[in-house]
Amino acid sequence: MNIAIKTDGLTRKFGDFTAVAGLSLTLPAGGVYGFLGPNGSGKSTAIRMLAGLLLPTGGSGSVLGLDILTQSEEIKKQIGYVSQKFSLYSDLTVYENLDFYGGLYSLKKTERAGRIEKALALTALTAQKDLPAANLSGGWRQRLALGCAVLHKPRLLLLDEATSGADPDARRLFWQLIYRFAAAGTTVLVTTHFLDEAEHCDRIAFIQDGAIIADDTPENLKASLPGALYKIPSPDPVGLLEGLSAQGHDMSGAYIRGQSLCVRTVGAPPRFAGDGTQKIAPALEDLFIYLVEKKRAKRHRP
Amino acid sequence: MTRLTALIKKEFIQMRRDRITLAIMVVMPLFQVLIFGFAINTDVKHLAAAVFDQSLSRESREFIEALTATEYYDITCAASSLQEITDQLQAGGVKAGIIIPPDYAAGLKNGRGSQVQVIVDATDSIAATSAINTAQLVGESKSREILVRKLRAAGIAGLETSALDVRIRPWYNPDFITAFYMVPGLCATILTLTMILTTSLAIIRERERGTLEQLMVTPLRPYELMLGKIIPYIAMGYTQLTVLLLAAKLVFGVPFQGSVFLLYLLTGLFITASLGLGLFISNTAKTQMQGIILSFSFIMPSVLLSGFMFPREAMPTFFYYLGYLVPITFYLKIIRGIVLKGASAEQLWPQILVLCAFIAIVMSVSILRFKKRLD
Ligand SMILES: Nc1ncnc2c1ncn2[C@@H]1O[C@H](COP(=O)(O)OP(=O)(O)OP(=O)(O)O)[C@@H](O)[C@H]1O
Ligand SMILES: [Mg+2]
Repeated sequence: MNIAIKTDGLTRKFGDFTAVAGLSLTLPAGGVYGFLGPNGSGKSTAIRMLAGLLLPTGGSGSVLGLDILTQSEEIKKQIGYVSQKFSLYSDLTVYENLDFYGGLYSLKKTERAGRIEKALALTALTAQKDLPAANLSGGWRQRLALGCAVLHKPRLLLLDEATSGADPDARRLFWQLIYRFAAAGTTVLVTTHFLDEAEHCDRIAFIQDGAIIADDTPENLKASLPGALYKIPSPDPVGLLEGLSAQGHDMSGAYIRGQSLCVRTVGAPPRFAGDGTQKIAPALEDLFIYLVEKKRAKRHRP
Repeated sequence: MTRLTALIKKEFIQMRRDRITLAIMVVMPLFQVLIFGFAINTDVKHLAAAVFDQSLSRESREFIEALTATEYYDITCAASSLQEITDQLQAGGVKAGIIIPPDYAAGLKNGRGSQVQVIVDATDSIAATSAINTAQLVGESKSREILVRKLRAAGIAGLETSALDVRIRPWYNPDFITAFYMVPGLCATILTLTMILTTSLAIIRERERGTLEQLMVTPLRPYELMLGKIIPYIAMGYTQLTVLLLAAKLVFGVPFQGSVFLLYLLTGLFITASLGLGLFISNTAKTQMQGIILSFSFIMPSVLLSGFMFPREAMPTFFYYLGYLVPITFYLKIIRGIVLKGASAEQLWPQILVLCAFIAIVMSVSILRFKKRLD
């Protein structure tokens, strides 16, 4: 099996604060992987260590078979990276940005021109090629950043929250691109806050407080939710939740979703369930809530 | 090479797009050289003076006329009491007070001699010095004139010439025109100021905009980044130099004794040294504000230590040697040497070598210090 990324106890501290705490994972080449986690959980820090932008303070790792501690310059030639912040030159046009990055990857003139044309077509930016990058809206900018990051045909793409600030349509378009690259054999690692995006991944790692708390395919992750999930429709789910709590029921695993209350139980359906109660299939969000709650409960236990 | 050309091309495009900065870079040096060139004049003329003439004689009028004829004094006030002179000096209305005693004419006639008091506001030492020198000169020449007249009246002749004749020949700037000395120095100061400031922001700006992070994940080498940040601004520096030299020639009439080609060639070294210094600052500072403050805290003392305004020979030993740490000290020798004295490359070897060493040091430090990492 060809390994794209392998880390072993990868750790990064900033002073006393541990941003990434012993990350160990093995990602085979090919496919789309997602890092899913709340703000500040250490996703960007982890990705930056893989890209050679930050030195780990502990542990080890390799990217495309190259050591991240000693061979980061070799790694840089073979990966594409899109950072969380918009990081292109807003005073340069779309074409000039692409041309600049093509030059940085030492692409010769004619080859560069050909690849830029292709990248423009792929990212649907051909009509905008002479527009200053500053004039592009969020979704377009992200596509341009992606275009710049793939000119040199990287074997691994690291996309750090590449779709933040894009509207649903732009996000859909962006994911179409990601699938294309994956289909062409590129390994793609994305970080995201969006659960629906995570569903698109072949494999997901849930990250919290710098550590992986779950790591599997979306299907397996959903199936791993213990117990069953029930949905109790109610015109006033807040009132229902408060009422049930007041009656002494353990509502710690319950949460409101739209016009209904979701309750997870192990074993029989909850006793208080009314007529409309349905057993539902868990979504990633339900697992996410479960994992975060579990971790939080563990942390608060003395 | 492809990477470096890509970087240089990008810098030129950005420079061209930022029209306002570009205009400032060309117009600002022009304004600075005009303002400083005209305003800095150590030869202080037309000092406002008050006269309290108690003698009111032909002799006293002659003395006052001799003073005003030098153009160093403008009599703006005829005072009628000592107190009035004191008040005027205190208020700053005049910079000098001339007091002629009632027995001035009588004293000259009967040979006892007379006293004229010149009170000078010495808060501005440069103005005071030229006022004092002028008053002394006028006093001496007047008294010699009177002496000769008297001797001749007594029948003794042949004493018009002094016994000792010291002939001073001021070379290179015979008319003591301050601008000739100041304007080449100004060119150096303005060049180093703008060059250091532009590059000091070059890397910080990319860092703050997040583009540096993107550059760091490409195969770009640190030395390519540093060169790419310097080369486009050398062109900018030469543009400024041209504007400055044209102003020096056309506005101030500075005579160019030496080779303009040599001046351009050697100025390239100074521009590069200044740009390298700016890069060094850019690598050290974390924010644009820090970059600007650091730049100024380097530029201000280095201009003073360089001997641009005050001769280095007058500085305490420590500060004299401190001046050897800044490139502008050496470039001043080059530009003044070539422009005013027609110096040749052979005569400027020490300065050329020092500037080359300076470039080598700041560039290597900047390149070695630059890590392609965020921490
Ligand atoms: N250079 C740094 N110095 C100090 N602390 C840092 C630094 N970079 C990141 N951190 C801290 O490390 C933690 C993890 O940050 P990181 O950016 O990796 O999180 P993230 O999961 O990407 O969050 P987000 O979803 O907001 O992008 C945060 O608490 C952040 O404040
Ligand atoms: Mg992040």
